[in-house]
Amino acid sequence: MSSEIRFTDFKSDKQPTWCPGCGDFGTMNGMMKALANTGNDPDNTFVVAGIGCSGKIGTYMHSYALHGVHGRALPVGTGVKIANPELEVMVAGGDGDGYSIGAGHFVHAVRRNVDMTYVVMDNRIYGLTKGQFSPTSREDFETSTSPDGTNQQPVNPLALALAAGGTFIAQSFSSDSQRHTEIVQEAIEHDGFGFVNVYSPCVTFNDVDTYDYFRDAIVDVGDEEFDHDRGDYDAAKDLIMDRDKEYQGVIYQDESSVGYEKREGVEAPMTDIPDGAPEDAMDLVREFY
Amino acid sequence: MPEDLNWAIGGEAGDGINSTGKIFAQALSRAGRHVFTSKDFASRIRGGYTAYKVRSSVDRVESVVDRLDILIALTQRTVDENMDELHDGSVIIYDGERTMMEDFEAPGEMTGLDVPLKRLAEDAGGAIMRNIVALGAACEVTGFDIEYLDESLEKRFGNKGQAIVDNNREAARLGAEYVREEIDTTTDYDIDTTDNDYVLLNGDEAIGMGALAAGCRFYAGYPITPATDVMEYLKGRIENYGGIVVQAEDELSAINMALGAARAGARSMTATSGPGIDLMTETFGLVATSETPLVICNVMRSGPSTGMPTKQEQGDLNAMLYGGHGEVPRFVVAPTTVAECFHKTVEAFNLAEKYQLPVYLTADLALAVTEQTFEPEEFDMEAVEVDRGKVVDEDSVEEWTNDQGQFKPHAVTDDGVSPRAFPGTTDGAHMSTGLEHDELGRRTEDTDMRVQQVDKRDRKVETAIEREDWSYREFGDPDADTLVVSWGSNEGAMQEAMDFLDEDGIDVRFISVPYIFPRPDLTEEIEAADDVIVVECNATGQFADLIEHDALTRVERINKYDGVRFKADELAEEVEAALGEPDEADAEVEA
Repeated sequence: MSSEIRFTDFKSDKQPTWCPGCGDFGTMNGMMKALANTGNDPDNTFVVAGIGCSGKIGTYMHSYALHGVHGRALPVGTGVKIANPELEVMVAGGDGDGYSIGAGHFVHAVRRNVDMTYVVMDNRIYGLTKGQFSPTSREDFETSTSPDGTNQQPVNPLALALAAGGTFIAQSFSSDSQRHTEIVQEAIEHDGFGFVNVYSPCVTFNDVDTYDYFRDAIVDVGDEEFDHDRGDYDAAKDLIMDRDKEYQGVIYQDESSVGYEKREGVEAPMTDIPDGAPEDAMDLVREFY
Repeated sequence: MPEDLNWAIGGEAGDGINSTGKIFAQALSRAGRHVFTSKDFASRIRGGYTAYKVRSSVDRVESVVDRLDILIALTQRTVDENMDELHDGSVIIYDGERTMMEDFEAPGEMTGLDVPLKRLAEDAGGAIMRNIVALGAACEVTGFDIEYLDESLEKRFGNKGQAIVDNNREAARLGAEYVREEIDTTTDYDIDTTDNDYVLLNGDEAIGMGALAAGCRFYAGYPITPATDVMEYLKGRIENYGGIVVQAEDELSAINMALGAARAGARSMTATSGPGIDLMTETFGLVATSETPLVICNVMRSGPSTGMPTKQEQGDLNAMLYGGHGEVPRFVVAPTTVAECFHKTVEAFNLAEKYQLPVYLTADLALAVTEQTFEPEEFDMEAVEVDRGKVVDEDSVEEWTNDQGQFKPHAVTDDGVSPRAFPGTTDGAHMSTGLEHDELGRRTEDTDMRVQQVDKRDRKVETAIEREDWSYREFGDPDADTLVVSWGSNEGAMQEAMDFLDEDGIDVRFISVPYIFPRPDLTEEIEAADDVIVVECNATGQFADLIEHDALTRVERINKYDGVRFKADELAEEVEAALGEPDEADAEVEA
C-alpha cells in the first residue's frame, strides 16, 4: 500500500481554521510529506496533539489520532508507541503546550527516548488565546499580558533537549518546505526521540518573529560550507547556546541511539491477548505458597 | 482461644520488622494455619515505631482483634504502643542486653523472656539475624515446629546464597534452644497445624495478579504509598507476557501513557492513591469523553491533601464518583477481600472494554497491605474470561463507516456502546478528542449532536446495569431485624464481629457491597430491617449518603477515621452501641 501513498492521503476533509498565512500550514504539510516519503500510511500512523493552534492538527490530518489535554501529548504518544511499536507515532505541540505546561513531560520524554517524532510549532506567542507571551517569547516582548514587556528569559528548547540527553535535536522553518520536510523525515527515521522545533510564524499576534525575520536570520547547518558534524556534541552545544542566530537543520544526532521500547524488549503489539488467563497462570498463584 | 494466636514484632523502621513478620506468616501458612496480617507503619524510612502483626488460626481469620499473645519487642516503645492489646499471659520476647531494653520489666502477669538476641545472632554469623533468633524463641514458646521456618527462610534469603540461609536457620535454632534450656517458663500456647498449603498474599499483589490474568500488558504509574506494591508486583512479571511497566515522571504522565496504550489496543492500567487521583482527574475526563477503556486503581489512604499516607481510610469515594468537571460516566468497583481484589480486577478490565469507559478499582489501605491466607483454588484461573467488547477488524470495519468510508468510533447506538478499531486496522483511521464530538470523533458544537453523544455515553451505564450482575455478598441471618451494610475491607471485621454479637444474642444480617457505581439497589433489604447501620472508614459517611439516597430513608452510621482499621471486637461494640443496648462492660460498671 505504501507505494501508492501520497501525502494528500494524510489530509482530512476538514478545512483548517488557522489564520490565512499561518506557519502551521507549512509545518503540517511537511509532516504529511515526511510521513508519506518514509512509507507510512494513515492506518499505521498515530498523531497525538495537545491544546492550542497546534492541537488542531489531528483534525486536519487523516490518521489514527488523539487530541488530548494541554501539555500532555508526549505521555500519550509514549503509551501508544510502546503498546504498538509497529505504529508510526508523531506528536505535535506548540511552544506553550510543549515548553510551558508540558515542560516536565518534554524533558522526561527526551530522556526516555521512545522512538517517536515530536514536532513543535514554535511561534513564540499564545495564538489561540489571542496574544499572550509564551515561554519562547523574547525578553521585553510586549503582549496583552506583558504591556511593559515580558520580564522573563525565553527558554531554549534545544538546550533543554540536549541537557536531557536528547538523541535527535533539530530545528526547521515552516516556510522552507523542502528543508522542513527533509528534517522531519530524518526525525522519523531516527531510532529514538526525534525532536524538531519548527519556526512557525503567527501572522496575527507576533509582529517580531515574522517570516521576513526568519528568512533573514536563518543559517542552515546542513549547508556544505557550514560543515557541521551532527555527531559532535560540543559543536552542537555551541550552536544551541548561540542565541544570536537562528539555526536550521539537524543540530545533534546520536547515531547509536536505540528507542526505549526496543531497549525494554517490547517486540510485538500488545493488542493480542488470550481469551482467558495465560496457560501458566497458576504459577502466579503458587508463588505465594 | 488457644488455637487463635496473635503475634507481633515491633521496633523501629529499618529494623527488618516487615521481612521478619512475613517470614513467620509464611511459615504458619505452610504449616496449614490461616493467617491474617496487619501493619503499623510510619511514613519514614528509618526510625519511628513500626510493627507487623500476625493473627493465626486453624480456622479462617478475617480480621484483627485487640489482643496480642506473643510480642517480640525490639524497643520499649513497642511495648508501650501495644499495652492495650497485651493481657495477663502475654509473652514479651526482648533483648535485655540492649541498652534501650536493659531495664525492661514485663508488667503484671505477663511473661518477659529476656533472650540475648544480638549475642546469639552473632554466634550464628551476624547481629543482623537477631530478629530470626527472636522468631526461633517465639516458635519454642508456642510449640510451633521450627522446621516450618526453614522454607520461609529459604524463600526470603535463597537468592543470597545457601550460607546465608543456613546461618539464619542456625540463628532460629539458637533462639529456640536458649528458651528451652535457659528460661524456666511454661506457657499454654500450643498451636495446631494442618496438612493444607495455603497461599499468602495482600490486596495489592492480588490486584497485580488479577491484571496479569486479565491480559493487562501496559502499566504506567508513579510511586505512592500504598499503591506502589501493585507496580512492584507487575514489574518483573508483566514482561513475561510481552508487557511493560513504565515508571512515569508524575501521575499526569502515568494516566496519559496508560490512555495512549489503551487507545493503541492494549489492556492498560495505572494505580495510585488519593493525591494521585487528584492529579489524574484532568485526564480522567478525556478518558471518559474519548471513550477509552482504562482501569484506574486507587488504593485509598487517609486524606485530604497528603493526610496520613500510611494510615487506613475510605475517604475517596466521592472523589471517584464525582471527580472531574462536567459529567461523565465511570464505574467504581471496590473489592472487599484480598481474593476479591483478584476477581474484581479481572472484572474491571472486562467492564472497561465492554463499555469503553474508565473504571475505578479501589482498595483501602487495610485491604491493600493486609496479607491473608487462601486456598490456591480461590484464584481460579480457569474461570477467567477476557471480553474485549465491540472491536472491529478489517472485515467488519465497513459496517461502521459512513458514505465517505470514514470510521465512526462514536457511532450512536441503542446500547450506547460504539465500535472500536485498534490503530493499524485498515480503513479504521479516526481521531478522538476531549472536545465534544460527532460520530467520527470530530469536534462539534451542534446542539443535537451534543445531546446525542451525552445520552449515548450515559446509555452505556443503563446497558451495563441491565446486563451485568451488580450483586452483593451476604452473611448472617437474612431475616434478622438488624441490617449492617459496609464496603471495602470492613467485610472481614464485620464478619467476625457477628460472632461477638451472636454471643450477646444479637442477630445481624450483613451485606457487603463490592460495587459503588453502579451498585445493587438495597431498598427492599433496607425496608425489611428495623435497624440499618452503614459501617465505613471515613468521617462523613460517603457510602451511607448513597444508601440513603437510593432507599430514601435515614440509616445509622458507624464511622472510623482515626487511621486504624476496624477491629472485630471493637466493631461489635459499636454495633451494639448503635442499637442502643448497653454492652457488657457498661453493665458491669453500673452494677
